[in-house]
Amino acid sequence: MQIFMFSKVYSAALNGLDAYLVRVEADINDGMPQLLMVGYLSSEVREAGDRVRTALRNTGIVLPPKRITVNLAPAGIRKAGSRFDLPVAAVILAALERIPGESLQNVMLAGELSLSGQVLPVPGILALVEEARAEGIRRCIVPAQNAAEGAVLEEVEVIGVSSLAELMEVLRHPEQAVRERVDVGQVLKEQVSLQEADFAQVNGQAGAKRAAEVAAAGMHNLLLMGPPGAGKTMIAKRIAGILPPVSLEEALEITKIYSVAGLLPERTSLLTGRPFRAPHHTVTPEALAGGGRIPSPGEISLSSGGILFLDELPEFKRSALEILRQPLEERRVCVSRTAGTYVFPAKCMLVAAMNPCACGYFPDRGRCICTEQEVSRYLGKISRPLLDRIDICMEVSGISYEELTEKQENESSAVIRKRVEAAHRMQQERYEGLPIHFNAYLNGKQVETYCFLGSRERSLLKNAFGKLNLSARAYYKIIKTARTIADLEQEERIGEEHLLEALRYRLPGESYWGRGV
Amino acid sequence: MSRTMEDYWHWLTGSLTGEPGLLWQLVRKYETPKGVFEAKEEALLEGFPRSPAGIARVLRGRKEWDFEREREQLVRKGIGFVSCEHPDYPGRLKEVSEKPGGLFVRGELPLDTRPSIAIVGARACSAYGRNAALWFARELSGAGMQVISGMALGIDGFSHQGALLGGGKTFGVLGGGVDICYPESHRELYMRLEQEGGLLSESPPGTRPLRHLFPLRNRIISGLSDAVLIIEAKEKSGSLITADLALEQGRDVYVVPGRLLDPLSAGCNSLICQGAGIALSPEQILEEMGIISNISSHKSKYKKIDLEKAEDIVYSCLGLQSQNLEELCEKTGITATEALRILTSLELKGYAKEIYKNNYIRAL
Repeated sequence: MQIFMFSKVYSAALNGLDAYLVRVEADINDGMPQLLMVGYLSSEVREAGDRVRTALRNTGIVLPPKRITVNLAPAGIRKAGSRFDLPVAAVILAALERIPGESLQNVMLAGELSLSGQVLPVPGILALVEEARAEGIRRCIVPAQNAAEGAVLEEVEVIGVSSLAELMEVLRHPEQAVRERVDVGQVLKEQVSLQEADFAQVNGQAGAKRAAEVAAAGMHNLLLMGPPGAGKTMIAKRIAGILPPVSLEEALEITKIYSVAGLLPERTSLLTGRPFRAPHHTVTPEALAGGGRIPSPGEISLSSGGILFLDELPEFKRSALEILRQPLEERRVCVSRTAGTYVFPAKCMLVAAMNPCACGYFPDRGRCICTEQEVSRYLGKISRPLLDRIDICMEVSGISYEELTEKQENESSAVIRKRVEAAHRMQQERYEGLPIHFNAYLNGKQVETYCFLGSRERSLLKNAFGKLNLSARAYYKIIKTARTIADLEQEERIGEEHLLEALRYRLPGESYWGRGV
Repeated sequence: MSRTMEDYWHWLTGSLTGEPGLLWQLVRKYETPKGVFEAKEEALLEGFPRSPAGIARVLRGRKEWDFEREREQLVRKGIGFVSCEHPDYPGRLKEVSEKPGGLFVRGELPLDTRPSIAIVGARACSAYGRNAALWFARELSGAGMQVISGMALGIDGFSHQGALLGGGKTFGVLGGGVDICYPESHRELYMRLEQEGGLLSESPPGTRPLRHLFPLRNRIISGLSDAVLIIEAKEKSGSLITADLALEQGRDVYVVPGRLLDPLSAGCNSLICQGAGIALSPEQILEEMGIISNISSHKSKYKKIDLEKAEDIVYSCLGLQSQNLEELCEKTGITATEALRILTSLELKGYAKEIYKNNYIRAL
């Protein structure tokens, strides 16, 4: 009996957030009966052979006593992950002529198998389907739980399967396969803020609320300072609820990061909420920036497109905080390993909260028990370069019993969000065609182009530059913040009043950190 | 080169750092420091059995002191020495009992012909104290007074800085040697004091600022002044020691009144209770000390108002005590956004100051 020999299919492996195509080949020939896996494989990929053999038998297919060689090409790149089970099963089936060989043409497969033949979900499907689209592959077969995620990209036909038997059915009768469909427009339209916390619950703190609104409108990094219990954390948590809605491009990126990190809930198509991540201050540098032998995204990337909230900033390890410097500037994280460099996006808005001293009450000398040196030492835990990356700084003052208990009519998050959305629309129109969504992301040259200042405004800044001891970086930050304030008021031109307000949000210079007159 | 009496004073002051009592006992017994230098060893040991450590230092000094080298060292470090018999020795200090045998100086000495005031207070001062120190020192210095203080953190440092803003001379009396900047964070101030006033100490160069030297240096601060102004002081503090010494030396003591129940004001308020003068404004002090004759005729150089209406409303609510944005909004009825803008505008015009994040005071 002559058994047919050779077949191949495509799958893909992940490198950071990007996928690259992997060709899976099988050859069946005479020789010692065994299933041999080759192609620079990590141990979980090599184990695929045993899983596939058992899963096939439990689906009613017994492998013949032949030498079966499975190769994953290109052989020069190390392959990891459990998503090669499904393509390996498929090529073996094709080599055995249990399914037509041409059914695997121009198809990408990914998925894990259980011993019973069930198909299990795998991370990173969106990235894989994106790569398939780029390579001109028209059909992807993925685990049913991941189908909605892959179906977001409409150009590619995504089919979900939940068992090996179903896979064979799909491959035998491709024309009958049901394509997974997602109405992306509808998903985006239905974005709702799931935040229960509302600004209506915050009494007083007018200054801090205003600062939060400006920060949210332009995705500016924000630092809240103040005594314990004043409401810094309360305000920070509510900022997520007033951020503008995500665009499709942003939603795809957010979903991709969560998918690769394995944090995407099953049967989710697109994440449309902006992430809010609040790592505890014991977080390690690797967990913050991304790490592991095969790096997975860290908190900076998981909060990309949303908020990274660092409560009690000075309590974080210095090494963890300093790692934020480069990502905050370049809006991406590079993690280098011997196998290569992995790049993850880091377009997050940093919201930090801190006490001004160890006891928390400085500058209220009646309550603060810290000496001058203790205050300086506490503030000195945060380096100047990191502070320089913060656009808006605001104090949250302690509030009185009356303010706390008074039944006030405060503005709700929905009302604030309306204004933020309007400001966001102005930014979208202005930066149409640029890879920028928010004012905070402008670089020096773009500030010159998009933030026009009249002569009065310029002379105001010149005056302030000398009087308030501004640095070059502070100068651009102030203009960017003023741009956002003008956007909030639907003004095309930045006016003096916008600059005056933006100047107020600058970091405490000499007074806190320098302690001058 | 022959040894002058100045050299002997230099030797004795340098040998007996921190023990002015013993120094004057010795000088009274042997009439001059030269007499002490030449006295018999047995006589010294038998005559002062209660201070064996001090006598041992004198004896060791007599053997090891190299007059030539010490003199050269002062010259090389740019430090002057005036003994209490030197014509340049501050006249006010001459009246003080157990006055320093001599002073080591960098920069100048305070002039006897000019009125001088000591301004001292707590190291961990509040914003209120800091602003009061800056204000009083600047105005008094601007009116021609010499401001004396101790270059410590807090009120002392702000008094010096205020005096420098006022354009007058200001003098720092140090506990350690005048070649040692303590605290290190006042390095810039230390350098300015040398240029625009003086650094004084009775401890020889190289003496580290040890704790027990500070109460002694307080008697020099009050001794160099016509009056002492205390701005913020806790119940038990160096500032109160200075006040006591000032009263012993017959100086006027003024106190900036503080808030009740505030630990930083407790010392000041109890001084008021004991009859110290209350300092309400620099002008009032100037008048009481006879430097100006009439408050209303005296005009500070620093006030001129050109504000818009809304700015004026906010300005009128600002004071010496810092207030945060919420408090200002509540007082003026202006929205936070507007208040933020007005405050920046006031700051740029020089009428307001943000002393801590979001805490504002009137710039005086």
